[in-house]
Amino acid sequence: MNWVVSNWSQVSEYGLAHVWLSIPPIVIGFAVSVPIGWVANRYRLSRGVLLTVAGILYAIPSLPLFALLPSLVGTRILDPINVEIALTLYAIALMVRTTADGLAAVSDDVKLSASAMGYGTLRRFFGVELPLAGPVLLAGLRVVSVSTVSLVTIGSVIGVNSLGFFFIDGYQRDFLTEVWVGIIGTVVIALVFDVLLVLLGRWLMPWTRRQRAATRNLAVVQSETAVLR
Amino acid sequence: MNSYSQAFDWLADPAHWSGADGIPQRLIEHLGYTGLTLLVAIVIALPVGLYIGHTGRGREIVVPFTGALRALPTLGLVILLALGLGIGILPPLIALVILALPPIIAGAYSGLESVDREVVDAARSVGFTGAGVLWRVEVPLAMPLIVGGIRSACLQVIATWTVAAFLPLGGLGRFLYDALPDQDYAKLLAGSILVIVLALLADGLFALIQRLVTPRGVRAGRTADIRTKTQSPTRKDPSWLAPEEA
Repeated sequence: MNWVVSNWSQVSEYGLAHVWLSIPPIVIGFAVSVPIGWVANRYRLSRGVLLTVAGILYAIPSLPLFALLPSLVGTRILDPINVEIALTLYAIALMVRTTADGLAAVSDDVKLSASAMGYGTLRRFFGVELPLAGPVLLAGLRVVSVSTVSLVTIGSVIGVNSLGFFFIDGYQRDFLTEVWVGIIGTVVIALVFDVLLVLLGRWLMPWTRRQRAATRNLAVVQSETAVLR
Repeated sequence: MNSYSQAFDWLADPAHWSGADGIPQRLIEHLGYTGLTLLVAIVIALPVGLYIGHTGRGREIVVPFTGALRALPTLGLVILLALGLGIGILPPLIALVILALPPIIAGAYSGLESVDREVVDAARSVGFTGAGVLWRVEVPLAMPLIVGGIRSACLQVIATWTVAAFLPLGGLGRFLYDALPDQDYAKLLAGSILVIVLALLADGLFALIQRLVTPRGVRAGRTADIRTKTQSPTRKDPSWLAPEEA
């Protein structure tokens, strides 16, 4: 505890860097996954192709991907952008399947009713399908958030510093406290992100507050099986 | 693209294919570590997952626990145990087993939970005992998801042993960590390609196993995937017709 107090400036600096490195992959990953998930859900062929690509992408280990990206996209080796691109790719790989499954779970009767009431494709998607798939999307996004916050630490190995710096530094100095600070800090950030996402979900989807138990169970099971493919 | 040709030159160099620091040796180490980790993790996680899925008990304790484990940074856990327990293979092995538990447990219980309750009731009513229901009805039907959990765990373990080569260990990650301080980009890239190829091969192998263990009846039913069907029911479905036509 004393160590944290006396090194607070360093802890807070790397903690903040950790937060800033985690946000873009989660946000961009989600924004990109919704249209891709829609396409994946729309046609049988695109579903097979897109979900297979997502599965392969998700199977690629993170550290080798960080090392591979500079020569693929022409960035510098130690540039944080490599970590950001890799984590965004993982977020998309995870979210596309969840989005496709969430949209597929929207009842056909509801969609037909919306069409019958004169909703066009776009309005029906944003006004009916997306909100109804919301709980499943939220569950998927929570998994993405947790794994992104945890994966950011691997960037420290190639010099992109976050709380993961304390793992490397702690090992080199044989100093257990520092490693603990890194681990607890990472878990705390993941927890805060998770709570924020849940609150955001309640604010955006007020109807889920009451019927929580049932939908949440479905969403949890779906996100678990999404991770398993 | 130039860096790729350098990486492939590195891979093609016969000097890198022999000795204690050669590709075959590192590959065997990586496979050995991965296999051992999976074996221990399966022995621990599968009974837990099957118990939860079969009885429905313990879900409240284990599910949040496995969710929290997902937030643990892998590198941090590996280093923590290495500093706490000393050098050797045991500390990282324990760390990796812990990380491999959640997907296997989740695969097992969500697999059993995905089995239709009516099928379980039917099995009971024709005289299956509890153990009979589990081993001859639930487990065979849940096999694709159980193997799916092991597949996730395997990918996680291959990736984390690469990262764990941060410690003085063997495995393919050695190439990456040895290349970093020397700025030997050809070696870094070559090592990365090796790990990625290994992960994709393992993923493909497990995909194949998943297909093989899917019971024939389930596979037959699965071709008609309701999710990709067209939205409107066929004309033959009487409920779709106006009442007077039906």
